[in-house]
Amino acid sequence: MKGMLEPRRWVERHADYLYAYALNRIDEIELARDLVQETFLAALERVGEFEGKSSERTWLTAILKYKVIDVYRKRASGGRADVDRGEEMDFFEVDSGHWKAEYAPKALGIDNRDPLLQKELGSVLQRCLQKLPALWLSIFTMKHVDEEPTEAICTELKVTPANFWVIMHRAKLNLRACMQKNWL
Amino acid sequence: MGVISTIQNDCRKATSLIEKRSVRPLGFREWCELCIHLAGCSFCRLFLRQSRMINAVVGDLFRRAEGADRRMDEEDKRRMQEEIEERLK
Repeated sequence: MKGMLEPRRWVERHADYLYAYALNRIDEIELARDLVQETFLAALERVGEFEGKSSERTWLTAILKYKVIDVYRKRASGGRADVDRGEEMDFFEVDSGHWKAEYAPKALGIDNRDPLLQKELGSVLQRCLQKLPALWLSIFTMKHVDEEPTEAICTELKVTPANFWVIMHRAKLNLRACMQKNWL
Repeated sequence: MGVISTIQNDCRKATSLIEKRSVRPLGFREWCELCIHLAGCSFCRLFLRQSRMINAVVGDLFRRAEGADRRMDEEDKRRMQEEIEERLK
């Protein structure tokens, strides 16, 4: 049965996975659910295009991925795209370029592999991620989680390569500062 | 001020190079600048370690969540199943 689609079993086999995928990236329950539904319907229209080169799940996820990017794009154009939004949080001295004393990295004491600590760290980080502007979060996860090529991200989200690097840098500075603030 | 003393002091530039390096290899000049800076700046060395740790934890966080713990409502699933059946008629 390799290379065959079985639409009648999609919900049973893939709905939870696709839903978790969407919710992870969108964080709005209703929107995530709608995207999964749209994905199934779009996939039904395109059953003929399936060549069997990937698994059914990979194929469906690819369709969902584009729907998620559409949401990112809409959010980004809704005024939340502002690259300068993190500017008020300037971590460095203007003249010297050194870390400002209050933002300078401090040891977090989590270099060990204690799974309980790791879990706690994960939940702090999750909250910090939610504080990032939508476009920053999109770019950060597309790069570090989905490992998309940089050019593809710039094209999909309509950011220049220069802005891409500025956003990657600011996103990490903000995330790290947020971790430090909430962990110590 | 010479090139070396500039990069030695510039933590903004150094952290930006650290982020670049997590995505693509640095050019030779960038790489030298970062090495020179890190040799003399313990804050940025710490930033480098923490930045890598954050990348790893974020990756874990997303992959784990795709495992199983957020399930779709059964009622929603039933509706979707019906809609698919309807379109397959």
